[in-house]
Amino acid sequence: MLHPNSQHASSPRAEGTSSGWGEHVDLQTQATRTFLAWLARLISGASVRWIDCQPDTCQRVYFANHTSHLDVLVLWASLPRQVRNLTRPVAAKDYWEKSFIRRWIAKSVFDALLIDRKEIKVHQSPVDLMLKAMGDRHSLIVFPEGHRNTGADLDEFKSGLYYLAKKRPDLELVPVHIDNVNRVLPRGEFLPVPLLSCITFGPPMWLESQEPKTDFLRRARNAVRRLKDL
Amino acid sequence: MNLINDPITGGLVLGVIGLLALATGVGQILKRQNDPRFDPAVIEQFNLRMRAWWLMCSVLAAAFLLGQTATVILFFGLSFWALREFITLTPTRIADHRALFWIFLFAPVQYVLVGIDAYGLYSVFIPVYAFLFVPVRVALAGDYKRYLERCAKIQFGLMICVYCLSYAPALLNLPLPNGQNASLLLFFILVVTMGDAFHFAAEHFVGRRIIAPAISANRTWEGFLAGVACSSLFGAALFWATPFNPLQAAGMSLLITTMGFFGGLVMSAIKRDRGVQDYGTLVTGHGGVLDRIDSICFAAPIFFHVTRYVLPAVATTTAINM
Repeated sequence: MLHPNSQHASSPRAEGTSSGWGEHVDLQTQATRTFLAWLARLISGASVRWIDCQPDTCQRVYFANHTSHLDVLVLWASLPRQVRNLTRPVAAKDYWEKSFIRRWIAKSVFDALLIDRKEIKVHQSPVDLMLKAMGDRHSLIVFPEGHRNTGADLDEFKSGLYYLAKKRPDLELVPVHIDNVNRVLPRGEFLPVPLLSCITFGPPMWLESQEPKTDFLRRARNAVRRLKDL
Repeated sequence: MNLINDPITGGLVLGVIGLLALATGVGQILKRQNDPRFDPAVIEQFNLRMRAWWLMCSVLAAAFLLGQTATVILFFGLSFWALREFITLTPTRIADHRALFWIFLFAPVQYVLVGIDAYGLYSVFIPVYAFLFVPVRVALAGDYKRYLERCAKIQFGLMICVYCLSYAPALLNLPLPNGQNASLLLFFILVVTMGDAFHFAAEHFVGRRIIAPAISANRTWEGFLAGVACSSLFGAALFWATPFNPLQAAGMSLLITTMGFFGGLVMSAIKRDRGVQDYGTLVTGHGGVLDRIDSICFAAPIFFHVTRYVLPAVATTTAINM
């Protein structure tokens, strides 16, 4: 399929292998994943830009603004296949366990980590669950705003990203800006309108030593926000 | 069925390939010489454009070889992508979502109607039915903010990107005396495209008085007149591919390039208002689809209808000449 690439776009092949060429996935899952990724790109018309960042299979946390239920699918679909197979979205349990189809997509296709937003247990905090789900090879997709945002500007980030970075300082934190997907499928709608969206990956960042939580979260939020105008 | 099945259409295709080969050759020679009078960036831009032209001509030729249905589907694809670009750049509100969903379904319907030659329906489907449907659906959503503006934007996008463009493949169904519809469509596309090229060149050499400085700094009255004159001559020279005589072909080319020029101007005005350079990034060196087809969109319906009106007269003179 022809799909638009800006001049920043790099080749869709993953480069550098810190933990082998992707995970072994059975044929049926792979076929479903490829089909869904293709469908997502067709509907969202997403052009993918990598700015000062290259696709890589090393362990990363992709953090993005959140405006639509399609965000997870579109962001996941815009990763190259090897990277995609190693990347697990973190999503809300209340949404993704609602129907059979959603549960199947979340479990079998995305291999998503579902977080219970309503009941956060002390002995099993979301951050610990995320670290466990990552192990030493997976990457995560998180939406630090914690909910779908309908306003024009990004909401304040929740602190999970900070604690992730603090416990695993080796992780590359990659800001991602998702543009226009909220118009493809706005909140409360179920039929998508095939407009053109744009996914921008920015340069990885890390937690500085001694950096206070609020400073870090503000820096992360600005990193996503500045990608909009690049 | 293959549409390139007669010597006239075949001749046109060979002519296009020759023209492209010539321009590509010139571009490559310019790239290799070190004359300081030529700006390397402009040459690079030119070569990039040539590569895109080869791509576009190959796609069009492939569609022609596959037949009429493939050609209609190709134009549907262009319409669909142009509509995506247009609506993406147009600010809409969440309440417009359902109306937008429907207009993306109207696009394939329009092309099916064109494909089965239901002239009585495809000529009114969007300007009547879809035109009235959009404000109703937007009103049902219950958001009155900038209501008329939102409806008008959706209707405009649908008219330009889908309705107007669909008249290009509709040329394949006109009852021509010689039955050479494929060459008429090629003639139309060639005249529009060469018209753009002539304008571009003419503005470079003779352009002085800018028509609308705030909209487009490189559209001038001199360039417009020179470009229209050149493409009228060009169209007259191609009269053998049409049902017209040289004078009529020149008149038609004048009409086509004038409309094409104004199409570019109108779409530029919209781009300026939205503060963007191009509608999209699909073809490197060419911006989006809508940047390329704006002149075709404006010229196609006028060319179709004028041809349709004058056809009986043209058919009579052709018969007398024979």
